[in-house]
Amino acid sequence: MRTWLRLGNRLLFYLLVVFVVVYSVFPFYWAVISSFKPSDALFASDPNFLPLPFTLDHYKNVFLQANFGRNLLNSVVVAGGATLLSLVLGVLAAYALGRLPFPPRNAVLYLVLAMTMFPQISVLGGLFMLLRQAGLFNTHMGLILSYLLFTLPFTVWVLVGYFKGLPRELEEAAYVDGATPLQTLVRIMLPLTGPGLVTTGLLAFIAAWNEYLFALTFTVGDKVKTVPPAIASFGGATPFEIPWGSIMAASVVVTVPLVVLVLIFQQRIVAGLTAGAVKG
Amino acid sequence: MLTQRQVRLAWLLVLPTLLVVVLVAGYPLAQVFYWSLFRADIAFVEPPEFLGFKNYLYLLQDPDFRQALWNTVKFTVFSVSLETLLGLAIALVIHSNFKGRGLVRTAILIPWAIPTVVSAKMWQWMLHDVYGVINILGVKLGILSQKVAFLARPELVLPAIIAVDVWKTTPFMALLLLAGLQLIPEELYEAASIDGATRWQQFWTITLPLLTPALVVALIFRTLDALRVFDVIFVMSGVNPATRTLAVYNRQTLIDFQDLGYGSAISVAILVLIFLFVVAYMRTLGREALR
Repeated sequence: MRTWLRLGNRLLFYLLVVFVVVYSVFPFYWAVISSFKPSDALFASDPNFLPLPFTLDHYKNVFLQANFGRNLLNSVVVAGGATLLSLVLGVLAAYALGRLPFPPRNAVLYLVLAMTMFPQISVLGGLFMLLRQAGLFNTHMGLILSYLLFTLPFTVWVLVGYFKGLPRELEEAAYVDGATPLQTLVRIMLPLTGPGLVTTGLLAFIAAWNEYLFALTFTVGDKVKTVPPAIASFGGATPFEIPWGSIMAASVVVTVPLVVLVLIFQQRIVAGLTAGAVKG
Repeated sequence: MLTQRQVRLAWLLVLPTLLVVVLVAGYPLAQVFYWSLFRADIAFVEPPEFLGFKNYLYLLQDPDFRQALWNTVKFTVFSVSLETLLGLAIALVIHSNFKGRGLVRTAILIPWAIPTVVSAKMWQWMLHDVYGVINILGVKLGILSQKVAFLARPELVLPAIIAVDVWKTTPFMALLLLAGLQLIPEELYEAASIDGATRWQQFWTITLPLLTPALVVALIFRTLDALRVFDVIFVMSGVNPATRTLAVYNRQTLIDFQDLGYGSAISVAILVLIFLFVVAYMRTLGREALR
């Protein structure tokens, strides 16, 4: 009787596990399958759960007929630019905040923390005017600049944590040897924060890569438009015809790099997410 | 003086970041406050006219604003509470020792990694009124008596969008709660077992109280995100009044209606709302939990 009960419990538990996995993975799986099905199979009343028959037409469509290649390039430039700029500025600021004597330290840290909770929508109008006044509307630089609003505070906040965690003796030894603080940062501290930089950079990149509101509002046409607004506005030949196959193909193309990154760096991402949040 | 020089260096290193903050947050925010006191269109076709606080007075009686506020509250309450319950369940599952837990942890990261716009599009396709897999399977398995236009029926569209948001953001909740669970010392459970406490009792007397700090942090983060929700709503149903949240209404006013003055007043209202929320949260729940 007892063993039956335990077996039943075990079975129930594994059913729950299977449910969690299917729930998490199935929607993406379905997008992948749909992207490989010819249009008539997409609109079948009895859909196949494998991509049979199989076609690459939707992928060809996305790259040849839409400007998707251009959107993808824009996304790489904007997300990459925002990430690099945040890391460079963030490392300098975080080093000062984490390791150097700096009287208004707490005030600046509070400001940075407040910025991480800041609603993007609240500065939409102001940023719109700023970018237009500066001639940066519909430019990559303009979009990168606006993305610093959320990538930079996050980067500084997490990196301060990493810098504070390093042992004081290292720095002191460097000073004794006559190194300046800047040399200490570049030669000693920076190599030690390598993992922190990778995690922070990755999270900033993902946030910028996925951003929609600013990309939608601060771009016109496809010159600067990144992938999220492009996918959201994919249209068919007529307004009534939504090209679901192509939308799914484009979705798979933007998501696969992220999923691969996440799978490779999953330990670090989880650590970074919890560090960013728990200290927040 | 080494310290004197160090302080100067610190200023030099922090300065670029401060400049960026002033440029992308301070200046735009000042503009938003300023223009909220005017009647002005965003292209300045007409000369701006000073109104004082009239935009804010209008805000208080604008039925569209009230509806957007109500939609935002409904979205926030339902999505955050569902995510918390589901996230807690998933965290407890992953926390228990079993074969394949690494696989489960990887699997739940997938929704988190997917861009919100993509997840909205994926679900829009799955919820399609005729060819969507949910309708087809639902009818076949007898769960639905007939196909349902989830995204067209006014009473179903917000719940459907909430379901999509829950799918996308539960992993974040689960990971934060998992980190919290891992901080609870194993000995406590051992001691409780020896004293004859059941699993259920252990959950209420050990797990939940000790998980509270992580729970509070996760709740704050998710609620802040939910209060400013834009992407999933705008992609799945545009400016539909049945789902239009504050952020969607704000962008519509500023960009589609080109109304810089009133749009700015809405922006200030959202900022105040979020600020009040943060203060209230920190006061009531945060004080003891974050000590």
